[in-house]
Amino acid sequence: MKNFIRKFYYGDIPEEKSGGGSYQTVNDTTNWPLWEVFIRSKQGLDHKHAGSLHAADAQMAIENARDVYTRRMEGVSIWVVESKYITASNPDEAGELYEPAIDKVYRHPTFYDLPDEVNHM
Amino acid sequence: MSSRLIDYTLHLADTTLILSQRNSEWCGHGPILEQDIAITNISLDLLGQSRNFYQYAASLIGGDATEDSLAYLRKEREFKNLLLVEQANGDWGQTILRQYLYSQFQYLLFEKLQQCNDEQLIAMAAKSIKETAYHVRWSSEWVIRLGDGTEESHSRMLKAIDELWRYTGEMFMPAGYETIVEVSSLKNEWLQKVTNIFAEATLPVPEKVFMQAGGKEGKHTEQLGFILTELQYMQRAYPGAQW
Repeated sequence: MKNFIRKFYYGDIPEEKSGGGSYQTVNDTTNWPLWEVFIRSKQGLDHKHAGSLHAADAQMAIENARDVYTRRMEGVSIWVVESKYITASNPDEAGELYEPAIDKVYRHPTFYDLPDEVNHM
Repeated sequence: MSSRLIDYTLHLADTTLILSQRNSEWCGHGPILEQDIAITNISLDLLGQSRNFYQYAASLIGGDATEDSLAYLRKEREFKNLLLVEQANGDWGQTILRQYLYSQFQYLLFEKLQQCNDEQLIAMAAKSIKETAYHVRWSSEWVIRLGDGTEESHSRMLKAIDELWRYTGEMFMPAGYETIVEVSSLKNEWLQKVTNIFAEATLPVPEKVFMQAGGKEGKHTEQLGFILTELQYMQRAYPGAQW
């Protein structure tokens, strides 16, 4: 996770007046950790992964998420979790994990007739 | 009454416009992407508030006055914004301290404004106070984070307080036209809230500081001229230019 923040200046304000810190040589001790953001778009629906962002702690992550991901009324609830706590499956193991299900169509509920009134299935 | 109401509405409009303009200077220069978005978001909130106030002032003035003519074609001495909001951004600490000191005041002001006898101002205050509540929350957390942070961030906050505190007294000194809300009555509650946040941030509340004033009456620090030069450049250079 080194040097993943690069700043690009497109204004004409000289660097010494910008007030911003210089992040050219960010190292792991000064970097804010990465957080994954989950937004619930309305009551009754699940939280969905919206993206990720940097924050110093959980409280700041919630506020950053509010500013980055809910500016256009996208959400009513926010979850954040530090990215390092997410355990992901290994893409190299995709074969053994998922392919055995391909020829087992009987596991799909496609053999039932659903009334039209039932949505979200 | 009407000219007082116009002046007061312009005072509210100018203060929010100038703080918005100041904060917008961070756009593309924030310390980290997420905070860049946060401060420009606040800047846009304030711009929206100022537009409401300018539109109302323009309707009171009548004639050719529009929100644009009021924002872009008035001179420095006609601006009635608080001195606090025109002060330079400085570093991130100074910017968020300026935001906190003002937002904490604005929140109390908008609470009172909702009880005034002008329907338009009541509606605008009611609409804006949720934004302001968030500004208070966001900026106060930053004050605590930096004040109670590292030695470096603490000393920068001390410097920011030293720089800005002298402009806080003006908020509570009523101008001649400022009869709609009795601002001097907000002082104790403001000071109490600021003292609580500063205590959490391990920052001292200054005592016996000489308070600068005059912004409400058009007497500004040198900063405002530079802000207006940039803000008004397009309309001065190309009068009537439109998007």
